[in-house]
Amino acid sequence: MSARPDLPRFPDSLPAEWCRELDAELSSGSNVLAWLEVDLDESLGFARTRIVLCDGELLSRRAGTMQWQRWPLHAELQLGHFDHAGVGTLELSDRQGRLSVWRYTLEQNLAVLRLIKAFESRQQLLATGAAPAVESGDICPKCKAPLPPDETECPICTRVEQTPPSTWTLLRLWRFGKPYQGQLLAGFLLMLGSTAATLVPPYLTMPLMDDILIPFQNGQQIDAGLVGIYLAALLGAALLSWALGWAKTYILALVSERIAADLRTATFEHLLQLSLEYFGGKRTGDLMARIGSETDRLSVFLSLHLLDFITDVLMIVLTAIILFSINPWLALVTLLPLPLIAWLIHLVRDRLRTGFEKIDRVWGEVTNVLADTIPGIRVVKAFAQESREARRFRDANHHNLVINDRLNKTWSLFTPTVSLLTEIGLLVVWAFGIWLVSKSQITVGVLTAFLAYIGRFYTRLDSMSRIVSVTQKAAAGAKRIFDILDHVSTVPEPVRPVHLANVTGAMELREVGFRYGSRSVIRDLSLQIRPGEMIGLVGHSGSGKSTLVNLICRFYDVTDGSIRIDGIDLRSIPVAEFRRHIGLVLQEPFLFFGSVAENIAYGKPDATRDEIVAAARAAHAHEFILRLPQGYDSLVGERGQGLSGGERQRVSIARALLIDPRLLILDEATSSVDTETEKEIQRALDNLVAGRTTIAIAHRLSTLRKADRLVVMDRGRIVEIGSHDELMASEGHYYRLYQAQQRHAEELLLEGAAA
Amino acid sequence: MSDFELSRNSFGRLVLKAADGRVHEGVVAVRAFPIAAPDEGISLVGSEGHELVWIARLDDLPDDMRRLVGEELAQREFVPVIERLVAVSTFATPSYWRVTTDHGETEFILRGEEDIRRIGHGKLLIGDSHGMQYLVPDLYALDGHSRKLLDRFL
Repeated sequence: MSARPDLPRFPDSLPAEWCRELDAELSSGSNVLAWLEVDLDESLGFARTRIVLCDGELLSRRAGTMQWQRWPLHAELQLGHFDHAGVGTLELSDRQGRLSVWRYTLEQNLAVLRLIKAFESRQQLLATGAAPAVESGDICPKCKAPLPPDETECPICTRVEQTPPSTWTLLRLWRFGKPYQGQLLAGFLLMLGSTAATLVPPYLTMPLMDDILIPFQNGQQIDAGLVGIYLAALLGAALLSWALGWAKTYILALVSERIAADLRTATFEHLLQLSLEYFGGKRTGDLMARIGSETDRLSVFLSLHLLDFITDVLMIVLTAIILFSINPWLALVTLLPLPLIAWLIHLVRDRLRTGFEKIDRVWGEVTNVLADTIPGIRVVKAFAQESREARRFRDANHHNLVINDRLNKTWSLFTPTVSLLTEIGLLVVWAFGIWLVSKSQITVGVLTAFLAYIGRFYTRLDSMSRIVSVTQKAAAGAKRIFDILDHVSTVPEPVRPVHLANVTGAMELREVGFRYGSRSVIRDLSLQIRPGEMIGLVGHSGSGKSTLVNLICRFYDVTDGSIRIDGIDLRSIPVAEFRRHIGLVLQEPFLFFGSVAENIAYGKPDATRDEIVAAARAAHAHEFILRLPQGYDSLVGERGQGLSGGERQRVSIARALLIDPRLLILDEATSSVDTETEKEIQRALDNLVAGRTTIAIAHRLSTLRKADRLVVMDRGRIVEIGSHDELMASEGHYYRLYQAQQRHAEELLLEGAAA
Repeated sequence: MSDFELSRNSFGRLVLKAADGRVHEGVVAVRAFPIAAPDEGISLVGSEGHELVWIARLDDLPDDMRRLVGEELAQREFVPVIERLVAVSTFATPSYWRVTTDHGETEFILRGEEDIRRIGHGKLLIGDSHGMQYLVPDLYALDGHSRKLLDRFL
């Protein structure tokens, strides 16, 4: 990093404007080592301030000023940073006090870390005369993973930027229609045929008028044979149109139902891939509505409304062709109101679309009240808040009503207006037609045919106008589904996956940081775990234990630093492959609806009965399972209602045992049960823990006696590491926690004795 | 009247001299109800994370201390108030918003409609993709253009 003359003065990434400006500021031979532009000023206004680090000094220029402030580097200079509520602070200080402070939004966190790193290595060079050892090439300042040569951005940290979905979302449904393109084409041809057939009868009114009825009025005989032919043609056209219409509707309904089913499956499968973060942010009711009713609505739209619409468009085009071939002038007059109606439709479209999106969201509000209240009904009743919840529902419903009312104002005006235009259109055709007949330009038959055509034509326009609202509804629904499908998992699958061969279970946490929203939950945490070691995580609630476990399971990705298993970054291992090596026992074990055996084999569906029984035995669950009426085939309810807490827990331990994981996570596995049950579970756990890397969180410190090392956490940091005895001897955090619990236990004992 | 003293050291940190004579450096001021009642219930928390002093009302403090606490709060709480929506890239989310706030003009990404939180009549709290919060104090007081844009997300 020394100023070799062959090094460029400025890094290539530096904007040209900066180079010109800095050229005048820097002495010759001085190199720019790092630079950034922070986006807030001291009083937190949005303004850009430039910071440049070069060999001998740090420079900064505030927005709106021309003067560069400069601080020559010396050994006592320190650059620190911290963040709170989405705002980062970078501070330059020496031994006497703070020299300068910069603020930035977290968007620039990475650039700030890079600057600090460059600053620190420069300081070290000044102090020791030797550049710090760069760990195996460049390292990503954020996740500490080595960078590929010649790349400045870390492939792990760079995520695909979310692109906003296009406005015409419905076209994206084609992705799901593609597998059925054969049937779709057949359906389209049938539609074309049936529509053409429906256009035959009005055409026949022309010869019926001119060749039969009008000559009859003028005294000629009716030619019965000709009438028979025409009537047969009318019947034939009707029958053909009926048959083709039936085939078309059937085929297309089948296809649209399949498209909707595929969409539903794809959405649910995608949903399952998303990280826990996504589920934390969404309400269950809303997600259920999206997958259930929205896909159904789309199906109805495709099989009914869209079909009708395309038929209508075909009809209009075919009719227009026929009308023009008969008489271009009259055709022109007949079709004149069409652009007007199209314009009207367009006008209302925007209002209706926003309206329907709004209704959807309000509808979600209504279901959310239900989803909140019904599962929490015990609490609602216990606190006698039924009326409050009823009011909440009534409010949401009222909101729904208000918005519907507002929309209906526009909507109700729409249909009558179209009808009015139809009448006016007919009037124009009558007037122009009579004039043409009087001039002998056309026959009465032609005018009758025209009136017959546009009679149908305008009724179709009327029904077409309905497509506006259903399309908007469907588009709103499709958008909400594609919102899910477009959501990129924040726990992405690696681009170039590294596969785990034999997992030993060695974990390494390197300067791990995690932020939830803008709140820093884990800070700068480093820990090495040997294969087969049992680590007990201890700390007050909210100290970040559970978050740390979630990070290790990769339910979330770390914000800074990295977690490695056997030296491989978790983010470069396929998610499912990594999780196969993890056994998780939670405080509230979740049992799925099914038999006990199925629940034990949840992580390994192809397990043999022997394996299941062996796992149940090891988990001390075998005997109580045999006591159940149907043994291993007994059904357990949605949350395992038939079993006690301790029994459920032992089933979940058996579940973890069966997949034989290298890494075991016990998250408060014994907290929700009484001391007696705890002993039983503890015995089951001992079998589980043997020989596996184990990370256990326990509120009761006594359950962590067997841990090789205890890691004491406080506010997202590790404060102490050591065995129980060591930590007791040092009389630190752990000692105080332990004392407090002992006292509590004694009090309980005393109370018990007194009672 | 108050039994503690506040000052600022040369590192810009708040120093608290408590009633028992103990001196705490790097004290942080936190609002208990930043939205509902910003001027009531302010806690001075030590660097260890324990509460040292509870200030029931900001107005109860002598002027100079109120100024110090106010400065500290202003630094920690950054919730720009949206005065105008200039433009949004799309009505679907994620969407880029350009807004004018009381802290100047800026851009941010709205990740989803659920990041817009209704916190009372016409009052909205909007979170961006980096976890920063923006406040709309009164939806109905915004100009027509902004309200029309915002309405599409509500």
